[in-house]
Amino acid sequence: MHHHLILRIVSKFLIPPILLYALYVQFHGDFGPGGGFQAGVIFAAGFILYGIVYGVSHLRRVLPPALVRALAALGVLIYAGTGVVSMFLGFNYLDYAAFASDPAHASHGQHYGIIVIEFGVGLTVFAVMTAIFMAFASRAPEIKDTDW
Amino acid sequence: MLEQLTHHLPALQTVIPLIAAPLCMLFGSRHIAWTITLIASLATFVISCVLLAQVIDGSVISYHLGGWEPPLGIEYRIDAFNAFVLLIVSGIGALIPFYAPASIKSEIPKSLHSYFYTAYLLCLTGLLGVTVTGDAFNVFVFLEVSSLSTYALVAMGAKKDPRALTSAFNYLVMGTIGATFFVLGLGLLYILTGTLNMVDLADKILLLEDNRTLNVAFAFILVGLGLKIAMFPMHLWLPNAYAYAPSAVTAFLAATATKVAIYTLLRFLFTVFSFDYPFEVQTLEWVVLPLAIMAMFAASIVAIFQTNLKRLLAYSSIAQVGYMLLGVTFLSKTGVTATIIHLFNHAVTKGGLFMAVGALVLRYGSPNIEDLRGAGRQMPWTMAAFVAGGLSLIGVPLTAGFISKWYLISAAFEANHWVPAILIVASSLLAVIYVWRVVEAAYLQEPANPTRQIKEAPPMMLISTWVLIGASFYFGIDASFTTHAASAGADMLLGSVDNSAHIILEPSHSLIPHVTPHGQE
Repeated sequence: MHHHLILRIVSKFLIPPILLYALYVQFHGDFGPGGGFQAGVIFAAGFILYGIVYGVSHLRRVLPPALVRALAALGVLIYAGTGVVSMFLGFNYLDYAAFASDPAHASHGQHYGIIVIEFGVGLTVFAVMTAIFMAFASRAPEIKDTDW
Repeated sequence: MLEQLTHHLPALQTVIPLIAAPLCMLFGSRHIAWTITLIASLATFVISCVLLAQVIDGSVISYHLGGWEPPLGIEYRIDAFNAFVLLIVSGIGALIPFYAPASIKSEIPKSLHSYFYTAYLLCLTGLLGVTVTGDAFNVFVFLEVSSLSTYALVAMGAKKDPRALTSAFNYLVMGTIGATFFVLGLGLLYILTGTLNMVDLADKILLLEDNRTLNVAFAFILVGLGLKIAMFPMHLWLPNAYAYAPSAVTAFLAATATKVAIYTLLRFLFTVFSFDYPFEVQTLEWVVLPLAIMAMFAASIVAIFQTNLKRLLAYSSIAQVGYMLLGVTFLSKTGVTATIIHLFNHAVTKGGLFMAVGALVLRYGSPNIEDLRGAGRQMPWTMAAFVAGGLSLIGVPLTAGFISKWYLISAAFEANHWVPAILIVASSLLAVIYVWRVVEAAYLQEPANPTRQIKEAPPMMLISTWVLIGASFYFGIDASFTTHAASAGADMLLGSVDNSAHIILEPSHSLIPHVTPHGQE
């Protein structure tokens, strides 16, 4: 894609707003439409655009596959771990009321809880989307006819 | 502290493997992954034992996820029936970490071992989650968690045989169609009743009279789950998936995945719907009963002609599913008890058989009966386990299989279904033929390659195989545990939904008064 100057420049312009918009969708998700799933996909779209325009090898330099895998696992851990923390605080699994600093305002806890949970979701969705793209873009040669 | 822990057990049942799975992936080393898997699966097994001990007297544990009251929130609901299924799944799951390392070493590239454990733990999470939850949509979510990880597990057999990839893809397509049908059925139920909690659904469905939407929802759910169960005409994904998956995966899936799907079907047939719903009774009598009998015969006959031992056992599994469905169609408590007993006995037997076959495949490098000639002399302990498991599959007295068939036949007599009773015996004779084919090759024929030295299976594989085979004999001789648990489960399923009898364990200090308005101490 070296000769596609326009594509390269335009995508350079586009990627930062895409990532920023993803963060907006992520963290505004508890006030308006949005949340971890959508934000994760949008965030991944920025990286996938980079991978398409500049090549998968460049994308791998920005996001090493090992890091992608770790992020995918980390997101699930954040989600499940939040539930465990609320368990340790004496509440049911994933009862966000546990995170309220003042028991009189349990809804504050709901607020904190959902932000952390959605962050975990966003992280895993982003990592898995990128991993799927990398897997398809850099897949091994076809299976030979003789292997069947 | 201990009381707190007991209170959280229903959630921990799924949370422990769920947390262990990403940890395996994060560390990436196969030794650490194995250790994590071992701890997590043993912990889930202990939890399921404690849960079963709590509910076997007929009480119900209800755990409110996130502190939201059902029917609005997701409820984990444990009664004698699903605690028993939890025990089956986590019991087989606890053996897998002992069995798997030696088996996957030759079947899966080393770099993928930590992924294998990750996918296995996710599959375990999904299966336990399906069983533990009392929320119909949550069932769908966990069913997909287990199915998606299963597709990956099956595909991991590709190093040994690339056909694993096509069978995994085939399984993915069929499994997804099944899941879609199931969720369409749930959607229709939700439109009708406005709720997804199973107990609440049951209450609201009782109020509906003859309703076409309800019938369509029931049909969608039956077909969707039928695909997951491998109910007779929808079974074609199963033989290849079982044949080409790594041996440890086959043993785990054969013993748990279809069992959990059958559990889900029973849950919907009896907890959500009931025998009071005429469409269900008609469907069971006129559709499921003939299909079950056809499965018993067609699959057994196909099994006789298989050359691949794994495929042979896979077809036998389809026939066994027929027995389980047959028990339900007798529309009686004995029938349902027979189904639950067979669910347990078949899980133990088939798990043991597939483990023995896995050991044979490890040493001989091929699951073809032709190549396994003379195995009876070269691997006496493994082959003895296979024969013992085969006896249980046939239903010889003193084995678990006999207890299942005894209950099935008495249920058939009780319902005055003479023809099915005779057919049960007749199809058992078909099992004699396919088990005998293997025995003949292993004991009576000369080894395919007499100069080749074949060692006995690794000790850990042998021990886990014999634990299951031993269990299938133990529960054949002393069936008091299985029959007690199964009849408690059947009582729970067939009993009218009586909300007053429930023990509800609630946290002592929920802080959301507007969500949990009424009395907790």
